[in-house]
Amino acid sequence: MEILVCVKRVPDTAENEIVVNSSGSDIERGDLVYSVNEWDNYAVEEAIQIRDRVGGSVTVVTVGDEESEEVLRREMAMGADKGILISDPAFEGSDGKGIASILKAEVEKGKYDLILTGAQADDGAAQVGGMLAAMLDLPFASLVNKIEIVNDKTIKVGREVEGGNQEMNEISLPCVLSIQTGINEPRYVGIRGIRKVASVEIPVHKAADLGIDPAKVGKAGAKVKKVDYFIPPAGKGAEILEGSSEEIADKLIELLKAKGGIK
Amino acid sequence: METALISPAKAWVMGVPTVIFSVLIPLIGVAAFTYIIAKRLAPLVRAKPDPRLDRPIDRLKAMLLYAVGQYRQPRYMMAGVLHIILFAGFMILSLRSITLVVLGIQEGFVLPGLGGVVGHIYNVLKDIAATLVLIACIIAAVRRGIFQPERYDVPKRYGKNHTGEAVFVLMLISTLVTCDMLFEGTYVAAQLKKGISPEFVLPATGTWFAASFFSDSSFAVLQRVHLGAYYLHDLVFFFFLCFLPMGKHFHVITSLPNVFLMKLRKGVIKPVEWGVDESKLDELKSFGVKKFEDFTWKHMLDFYSCADCGRCSDQCPANAVKRPLSPRFISIKSRDYCFKNYPIRGEITPKDEMLIGTIFTEDEIWSCTTCGACEAECPIFIEYIDKIVDLRRGMVDEGMVPQSLQKPLKAIEKRGNPWGKMEKKRSEWVKALPETCEVKLFEQGDTADTLYFVDSITSYDDRMQKIAQATAKVLCAAGIDFGILGKDEKDSGNEVRRFGEEMLFQDLKSHNTEMIRETGVTRIVTSDPHALNALKNEYAGLPPVEHVSQTIVKAVSSGKLRLKPIEDVQKVYTYHDPCYLGRHNGIYEDPRKALDAIPGLRRVDMLKSRDRSFCCGGGGLMLFYEPEEEQRMGVLRVKMAQKAGANVIVTACPFCLVNMEDAIKVAGLEGKMEAIDLAELIERHIDRGEVEEQETGKSEVNPETQVA
Repeated sequence: MEILVCVKRVPDTAENEIVVNSSGSDIERGDLVYSVNEWDNYAVEEAIQIRDRVGGSVTVVTVGDEESEEVLRREMAMGADKGILISDPAFEGSDGKGIASILKAEVEKGKYDLILTGAQADDGAAQVGGMLAAMLDLPFASLVNKIEIVNDKTIKVGREVEGGNQEMNEISLPCVLSIQTGINEPRYVGIRGIRKVASVEIPVHKAADLGIDPAKVGKAGAKVKKVDYFIPPAGKGAEILEGSSEEIADKLIELLKAKGGIK
Repeated sequence: METALISPAKAWVMGVPTVIFSVLIPLIGVAAFTYIIAKRLAPLVRAKPDPRLDRPIDRLKAMLLYAVGQYRQPRYMMAGVLHIILFAGFMILSLRSITLVVLGIQEGFVLPGLGGVVGHIYNVLKDIAATLVLIACIIAAVRRGIFQPERYDVPKRYGKNHTGEAVFVLMLISTLVTCDMLFEGTYVAAQLKKGISPEFVLPATGTWFAASFFSDSSFAVLQRVHLGAYYLHDLVFFFFLCFLPMGKHFHVITSLPNVFLMKLRKGVIKPVEWGVDESKLDELKSFGVKKFEDFTWKHMLDFYSCADCGRCSDQCPANAVKRPLSPRFISIKSRDYCFKNYPIRGEITPKDEMLIGTIFTEDEIWSCTTCGACEAECPIFIEYIDKIVDLRRGMVDEGMVPQSLQKPLKAIEKRGNPWGKMEKKRSEWVKALPETCEVKLFEQGDTADTLYFVDSITSYDDRMQKIAQATAKVLCAAGIDFGILGKDEKDSGNEVRRFGEEMLFQDLKSHNTEMIRETGVTRIVTSDPHALNALKNEYAGLPPVEHVSQTIVKAVSSGKLRLKPIEDVQKVYTYHDPCYLGRHNGIYEDPRKALDAIPGLRRVDMLKSRDRSFCCGGGGLMLFYEPEEEQRMGVLRVKMAQKAGANVIVTACPFCLVNMEDAIKVAGLEGKMEAIDLAELIERHIDRGEVEEQETGKSEVNPETQVA
């Protein structure tokens, strides 16, 4: 099975202190560390496991700048066979539809049975997977937490329905799936693994390579524009507990007791 | 010379000269034994290299002390004394056994050097030895077979109970010594009957009883028993020899070499592969132990040597809280696996399969805190930590790392600390210090003689920052010119290495080494034993490293640091030995001396202290791991402190403090028990001169009033 996984490099929310910059247009990026978007990592692990079960290959692709190559290498160290970096100054500032159309062009260059994306990104809007499927005119399943390969034409996918129920759907190949975290336990990628793939060549595809009209993507083509970015003020009824971790814990317990949450 | 009975060398039974058996039994026995040993060596030749012949004098000394001298045996008094009797008996009786074997071929044979007076003395000695061995065997068999101490129990998931084998071997040994008693006793009885004066037999020995028992028997009976006992001895002796390599009694053969070949350097993890330089690690195809043959030959010898005594697991904190780990069964399972794939008869079938998932589970191998209690206890120096780390290296290489550990590992890779906190905040704890205590920052170009290596938890955790502040104040008070690396410091990586992420450790090591060397300091002080261990034992080319407890003791004895009498005279303190300060680095006395330097401090030791200290639950990455366990190690430890009559636990390690403070809450002992770091306690008692002369005078008086 030929599998393509779309991944994204994002600031790691666990390892950064996110601060909005002074102009309010973005976050301070000077001291940030980046990693692969968590959902995408689950998608890659799932792809590798499917490949190991039924054969085929796993390709990881990302739209980004040259630094995004780092996340491709990490996913290749995990076990992906190939990486493709889609990078062009013309892509900067693309909205979700722009990214989906860039990915569509890449998908059409290859022959994939299964296209996976993460259900959403740390800094994203959970829109690319669905749009990509629509643009490709392929069946789509979202929030997938289980994949069973039936044969080379059909697979079964599951998703958790609100309330803790599980639903299974049959879907024909090729298709696009957006993957939920928890579908598997992604393997660890050590420094050694990354070094092993450090010298593997990663092709870079530009707008021209993919036959994309620069006017339809990037800032130029974006119909959705970010107009503000801020940390919301505490709303009514919300309270930020302050003090050392211990004091905070004590206050929290007090509050929970007062409201009857614990006895 | 007339003999009282016909010797096996000259006897005929049913028309056959028995000397044939005297020759055949040893021949077949030795041939079979040689074949078995050759088979047992098969996996060792396929194993990874492990150089163990350096420092031969130290090795010889260790072997004399620990193997021949049985030094660690009495740590378990009853079993230890029984073992010493059996071992000493074996040593003495081995000469007798050789003599007996030859006696069947050559009548009147005496080992060279055992003639004359020496021979007479030896004869008495071996009778005493044989008698004591018999008594020890009976006691041991009753203990193993009837009382069945819990320590020897085999939980179902680990296989069959080993009591049968143990008792069977005790019976073999008893048979051997009894045969000798009968062989010699009948001979003495016959001599007496014939009026020949026999060799002196010490009354109350087995031989003496045998001689008395048979004193009225006819020559025919004496002759039969004499020959019967001889050949039974011969058969059992060679059967036993060949039986040894089949199970836990292999240690009879392997433990002397095993101790000689022991690991001499403590506190350091074996390299990924011996003979492969750190700079060449990238070229290795695989890391760590995945299949059985990835173990080093010495580690395989360890498996052969395990006597199944259960002391390691009895001391293991992971086992005590019912984590799925019992060091004893790391050895036993590996040995069973080895014997299965390398059988004595039939084809050798090495398997190219991961041991994890076959004989070990992932959780089992992650459960170890590397506290070293097992290794400190093993009478024959079987290593566990290196094996566990090698297995972890194999898992890391295969990506088998629990999610709970992946996050901190990645954070260390990206930010140099397991919480992923900003590098620039590493020195924030300094802000809370008073102006009188200046902490220099090497990152800003300051210079100083001494580096205080803070390490991650003490730099970032808001509770542990107090240890950093206290340490800084102590160093200031002692007049030490020191600085910190600040954002240039990264995690020391002690646990990174122990959790199997060798390449990340190598990166941390080279980074820190470079940063430290750039400062030009002549000494490093740390308040974190894990950092101490890494810097002192795993890093290279650094100035001397010491723990703050050592700095305190030096400053107190030189008079640079003066301490006030204890604040609260009602409190009883106990010192908890951190594994990486005590067992791994042998620093037991300095922290105690530092405590005792506080006048009036009442201190008691817990039953389990010094090299038997009980791990608090582990440090570094172990804080992030979510083990399967019935309770926390820390809770058991806090209860031990309570039992010792203490109400303050003093630790000298930030991880111990985290675990103890949590455990006190979990155990519901808040208000009754408290935990404090040594540096904090010392800092509280610094005499900055505001106290009157009189009181300072008192502090120089004596330690007699203190409870030690």
